Amino acid sequence: MESAPNAQATWPDDLYDLLKRHGIRQVALVPDAGHARLIRRCEADNDLRVVTVTTEEEGVALMQGAWLGGQKAVLLMQSSGVGNCINMLSLSAIHRCPMPMIVTMRGDFGEFNPAQVPMGQATQAVLEAMGTIVHRADRAEDVIPTAEATLKLAFNTFRPAATLIGQRVLGAKTFGKDD
Amino acid sequence: MLDRREICAEVLRDRGPMLCVASLGAAAWDITAIGDGPQNLPLWGGMGGAAMIGLGLALAQPEVPVLVIAGDGEMLMAVGSLATIAHQAPRNLAVLVLDNEHYGETGMQATATRHGTDLLVMAQGAGISRTRRIASLDDVRALRAEALAMQGPLFALAKIDPAPKPLVLPPREGALLQARMREHLLGPSAHTA
Ligand SMILES: Cc1ncc(C[n+]2csc(CCOP(=O)(O)OP(=O)(O)O)c2C)c(N)n1
Ligand SMILES: [Mg+2]
Repeated sequence: MESAPNAQATWPDDLYDLLKRHGIRQVALVPDAGHARLIRRCEADNDLRVVTVTTEEEGVALMQGAWLGGQKAVLLMQSSGVGNCINMLSLSAIHRCPMPMIVTMRGDFGEFNPAQVPMGQATQAVLEAMGTIVHRADRAEDVIPTAEATLKLAFNTFRPAATLIGQRVLGAKTFGKDD
Repeated sequence: MLDRREICAEVLRDRGPMLCVASLGAAAWDITAIGDGPQNLPLWGGMGGAAMIGLGLALAQPEVPVLVIAGDGEMLMAVGSLATIAHQAPRNLAVLVLDNEHYGETGMQATATRHGTDLLVMAQGAGISRTRRIASLDDVRALRAEALAMQGPLFALAKIDPAPKPLVLPPREGALLQARMREHLLGPSAHTA
């Protein structure tokens, strides 16, 4: 699979451990190659409910419902999916609902596909416009501390917070054109 | 044609532990007119999110029946979530659409259901097998019984009289609306966790 971390990278498994350590019980997602290993780990865990949504804004509303019911949830998505979430993020401001998001970047460092660039370049601005605290992780060793800060900010201060995992960490998808 | 407030009064009568999420606009005013309290989340925004809020809540509280009351405009914006709900199949979730064939809140513009779109068939197509057309208050009582018995996921559609009802507004502070339901479910520790 392309645009996914190589097999030696440990952060996808470490992200799974991080979600468990923070008591996450619902994981909403639209798949992205960069999250594939983490998704497999979550699906193999009977104490985590993986909710594959048809559009990312469903995941935002799911996080609202989970918190109302006393469970912690997280949303995993690709940067394009952030655009699908914009108005639904109002729910967090309306109710002061924690909404942590872990976003794998496209249209970023070394992108090949022009279609990914518009939303990829707008991702951080769009999230921030909706009141989200955004941190980037552009080196593999930054992923876990950054994602942990995102979870803490969301659940301790009741707001949307996001970690953007840069394409420099993920590797750029090249459709076989590697030169 | 059925009256939306009579439907809401009937489905929320003797509701026991049932939680209710109502979509923005008329549905939120409806449940508030029947009686406001911590078991209700009337929405002020997040159009298209009501059913998924219900799903997250139902998954978090699997022993508590959850009813989502949604307008047809609201549900049309969120048809994908019907597939998500069918796939997750929470037995404690019911969705009731109050179909006035219009966007009532914004001046009664026609919705697609005015032109033949059938949300009940869409729910079936999404994979929700237990669906019910509501044509009488007896049907509403049957829906309530199924919802309380947690035989879901359920999807019900009521064609309703489009005449607008008096505004009955819930509290406008969303933090209060969220906190009171969390406290109802989790006790005082809801605010210290
Ligand atoms: C994303 C978004 N688009 C549009 C609106 C404007 N709006 C508010 S209520 C509403 C109509 C709701 O219609 P319906 O769900 O059928 O409820 P009704 O009042 O007819 O019962 C619309 C379009 C909005 N609040 N949010
Ligand atoms: Mg309507």
